[in-house]
Amino acid sequence: MANYLIKRILMLIPLLLGITLITFTVIHLAPGEPVEMQTAMSPKVSAQSRARLREFYGLDKPLHVQYGKWLGNLSRLDFGRSFAPDNRPVLDKIKERIPITISLNVIALILEFGLALPIGILAAVHRDTLLDRAISVFVFVGFAVPTFWLALLCMYFFGVKLSWLPISGIHSLGSEQLPFFGRVLDLGKHLVLPIAIATFGSLAGLSRYMRSTMIEVLSQDYITTARAKGVKERVVIYRHALKNALLPVITLLGFSLPALIGGSVIFETIFSIPGMGQLFYQGVMARDYPLVMGILVIGACLTLIGNLLADLSYALADPRIRHGKG
Amino acid sequence: MRDKVSSPAREFWERFTTNRFATAGLVVIAVLFLLSLAAAAVTPYSPDTIDAWHVLLPPSTAHWFGTDELGRDVFTRVVYGARVSLKVGFVAVGIAVVVGTVVGLFAGFYGGWIDSVLMRIVDIMLCFPTFFLILAVIAMLEPSIWYIMVIIGLTGWMGVARLVRAEVLSLKSRDFILAARVLGASDLRIIFRHVLPNALSPVLVSATLGVAGAILTESALSFLGIGVQPPTPSWGNILTSGKDYIEFAWWLSLFPGLAILVTVLSYNLVGEGIRDALDPRRRG
Amino acid sequence: MIPLRRLLLLVLLTLTACSQGAPADRAGSRGPGANGSSFVTGSIGEPSTLIPTLATDTSSSDIAGLVYNGLVRYDKNLKLEGDLAESWEVSPDGLQITFHLRRGVKWHDGKDFTSRDVLYTYRVTVDPKTPTAYAEDFKQVQSAQAPDAYTFKVRYAKPFAPALASWGMNILPAHLLEGRDITKSPLARSPIGTGPYIFKEWIPGQRLILEANPNYWEGKPRLSRYVYRIIPDSSTMYMELKAGGVDMMGLSPVQYQRQTNTKEFLARFNKYRYPASAYTYLGYNLRLPMFQDARVRRAITCAINKEEIIQGVLLGMGQIAHGPYKPGTWAYKAKVENDPGYDPARAQALLREAGYVMGADGILTKDGKPLSFTILTNQGNDQRLKAAQIIQMRLKRVGIDVKIRVVEWASFLTNFIDKGKFEAVLLGWTISQDPDLFDVWHSSKTGPKELNFINYKNPELDRLIVEGRGTFDMEKRRDCYYRIQEILAKDQPYTFLYVPDALPVVSSRIKGIEPAPAGIMHNFIKWYVE
Repeated sequence: MANYLIKRILMLIPLLLGITLITFTVIHLAPGEPVEMQTAMSPKVSAQSRARLREFYGLDKPLHVQYGKWLGNLSRLDFGRSFAPDNRPVLDKIKERIPITISLNVIALILEFGLALPIGILAAVHRDTLLDRAISVFVFVGFAVPTFWLALLCMYFFGVKLSWLPISGIHSLGSEQLPFFGRVLDLGKHLVLPIAIATFGSLAGLSRYMRSTMIEVLSQDYITTARAKGVKERVVIYRHALKNALLPVITLLGFSLPALIGGSVIFETIFSIPGMGQLFYQGVMARDYPLVMGILVIGACLTLIGNLLADLSYALADPRIRHGKG
Repeated sequence: MRDKVSSPAREFWERFTTNRFATAGLVVIAVLFLLSLAAAAVTPYSPDTIDAWHVLLPPSTAHWFGTDELGRDVFTRVVYGARVSLKVGFVAVGIAVVVGTVVGLFAGFYGGWIDSVLMRIVDIMLCFPTFFLILAVIAMLEPSIWYIMVIIGLTGWMGVARLVRAEVLSLKSRDFILAARVLGASDLRIIFRHVLPNALSPVLVSATLGVAGAILTESALSFLGIGVQPPTPSWGNILTSGKDYIEFAWWLSLFPGLAILVTVLSYNLVGEGIRDALDPRRRG
Repeated sequence: MIPLRRLLLLVLLTLTACSQGAPADRAGSRGPGANGSSFVTGSIGEPSTLIPTLATDTSSSDIAGLVYNGLVRYDKNLKLEGDLAESWEVSPDGLQITFHLRRGVKWHDGKDFTSRDVLYTYRVTVDPKTPTAYAEDFKQVQSAQAPDAYTFKVRYAKPFAPALASWGMNILPAHLLEGRDITKSPLARSPIGTGPYIFKEWIPGQRLILEANPNYWEGKPRLSRYVYRIIPDSSTMYMELKAGGVDMMGLSPVQYQRQTNTKEFLARFNKYRYPASAYTYLGYNLRLPMFQDARVRRAITCAINKEEIIQGVLLGMGQIAHGPYKPGTWAYKAKVENDPGYDPARAQALLREAGYVMGADGILTKDGKPLSFTILTNQGNDQRLKAAQIIQMRLKRVGIDVKIRVVEWASFLTNFIDKGKFEAVLLGWTISQDPDLFDVWHSSKTGPKELNFINYKNPELDRLIVEGRGTFDMEKRRDCYYRIQEILAKDQPYTFLYVPDALPVVSSRIKGIEPAPAGIMHNFIKWYVE
């Protein structure tokens, strides 16, 4: 196990390097240079101060030197300062935005697994029946409906027409004066729609995967044997098959993260949630290069961590790895 | 030779058509194709003719889907938009499939360090929230339809690469490949003549789903204002232009929204259908 | 609130909207603790910095306008009145202004406001190290002095008509900034001003909260809290308005005319409508040979039906523009003789005269080159994009091929405007109260990052502009500006399109709103909740 852990962590190094390299390349694809963007809105910036800025960002150096310097800064967790007029450290800006995005995505992820797995199993057990087809249409509708449209429709019905739920934001005005429980309830109400819509949209992939894994397991010999021995169908499914079908699903945990985080741009914009997706969108539109690079790197690292955790839990669950081989 | 090819194909077709949802999806897709090809014949209007005095008219016999914020016929724009949206879907997926297949073939076939390097690149690309990457690149370049297709394609090939690689690995040791090698066939010939055709079926499934994904991605980009640019109609930008009027000019968002929903759903059902029909476990 | 000129003018894009603390019968959007006399407004953008000298976006100035004061301001009839200056005198030669500052005004941290603050603000604005867009007017100042704590004297080398109005600039607290780097000051995130509202809190991405200043020299504002919510999506904003989560916003023409006339809506909200101080135009890059021929420009104007644009884009809620002034203001000339009206036949005749012949594809050509150009406009402004599409259709009918390209704002300025790499632009300017046109139209302002980016150079216009800003005689100034409007109409360096109506809507629980020529915000501190 220790070996496995060390090996797994060592493997992160090339991945991290690759992430930074791709991020750096993507940003330097852009025509024009970052300094131009920063000085664009302030006409009084002199040629001299432009030169200073160029030097400051190392733009007078060849690309590989720039990359090296940026990487060096990154390793000290220095993401640079935002190009926005507030000129704040990028890390500060990301820090204040990241908790809400992560919390939302983790909750959505838990719900996704909590709903998609039973749905997938149900579909597998009743495969090719009307129920199976109906489930597949249901989960695919969730995937197929443009999220911002569904979000607006829900806001209109639940927020404007029925007045059941707040429209946007994460806190009501004055909620800070509420008792703790009231604040939690208030926050919860604000998050119902975004989380419900995010979860609905992500059910398809996982539940279909669960279905096919389950079908595969159910067709294995030992299941057939168990059935032949007269073991009850419920026991076959929930005791024997499920255990083996769930294992590969764990590894999917890590991969669900990038899709969810990517979708947060839309959710956070439409629901006015002050998270990282919204910040990224603003940064991209304003060509705030340090911010965009920072979020890309951090976003990718989050996935990396997610994958690592998924692999480790897989290793813990899988006896072959747990007992030292691999 | 012909018979040999057509009989598994017929078998496949029979299995596919037993799935009524998948068949329905295929019909929808076919109808959409025909509609978008025959756009000029199915509507008397042009998608760009503005009528400032008749904006946001509700559906009527003259305008089946009503008119948009510039008095253009929404039905016409949705039909022409189908062309654009389907084009985005197909070209983007085409790029993803080509890149993914080539990477997967080489990684799987050669193994060793080529495999390690290529698969690490796949791992790295899979770490990025894809939509962030797309957003960053398109906003930095410009939101032209070509960039959109290329970028969606270049950020969507990793799944295909993994599928193809896995397929190649399982094929590599099979008899007919070994036989070809013994007979002195070159690597490239083996890859493209023998391995590739056998690896195509999982790719087909993933491509079908990819088209659906690309259509959705374009609509999300349109929502953020960097999708296909007006006056060219795409489902995404028609839907976006209607989002401010959801409660009153519902027709402007309902029809493109449904078009996206139904199309993406159909592609998914067809993809599922193909997968099930190809699945060897279902035979017999 | 602030006389925003120059760059700011360009930044007309942000659709700022306002809204207020929700009505009590609505669930969810506000907690029981919400104070009934707080005012909630919504904005698509978040302020960039709350030091107004450094900011160029409307969100920042929305907040700064409530936290800071200038020496002077415009009253509800758009006449200058004293703000931090109780009174002022202009010397007989018009070269010197002496401001007598209001006594007893305190900064929000309790320190006294004095002439030192004014002097500091002037100095930091003209300091070449300060990245500000507002230095230009103050470079006309020959000397500035603070003879005592409540007197501020400023002297100009030549008569400068916009001088007085320029002192509407927000005054910064010298005691917190002097001797420090203004670009790194914490005031950017938590400002300290003299204004009616005190900055309380800024939750990034969510909201800013201001509280009524109990010691404000005009009396404590009646609305006790001002909440500025960040709501990035315009559709969401409108739903918030309807659900009671915001009390004020700017409506789109469609919302104003088609969506908000129900009894229910009108019982809950008051709608207002008055001409905005802004115009939208199609500007030509005069460095290009194609546009150097005034006949081509006139032909394009003839081919465009401005009524149609106002109908299609504004649903009729706007006025035709034929010059850079707002209809009804003193510099505006109602009848301009040279103005080419909508006349496609004349457009075709003019183009023929200019040497264009119709090609087989329906596009005019001259010397084998098609008459084709791209209209650039900025992203995020729906109305401009619609106008561009209508123009595209109209020009096609006379044989001109037009493409449209929408570019994100920062890149718009850097990659296209500043480098002169554009053919035509569809943009807007705000119309400042003073009719001086120097920055946008004088030939000396055609350099990089300057506002005459279409490169319009007309010696006669230059002379009239300088003459107009160099006198305090209203009659003489008016003559200059009338003449300027005739020249612009004849030359058509822009096709002036329209002056839109502002369409704010405010929750009906807010009372005390008095629409006036200056709009509705002029007496904001007197608004109240019953």
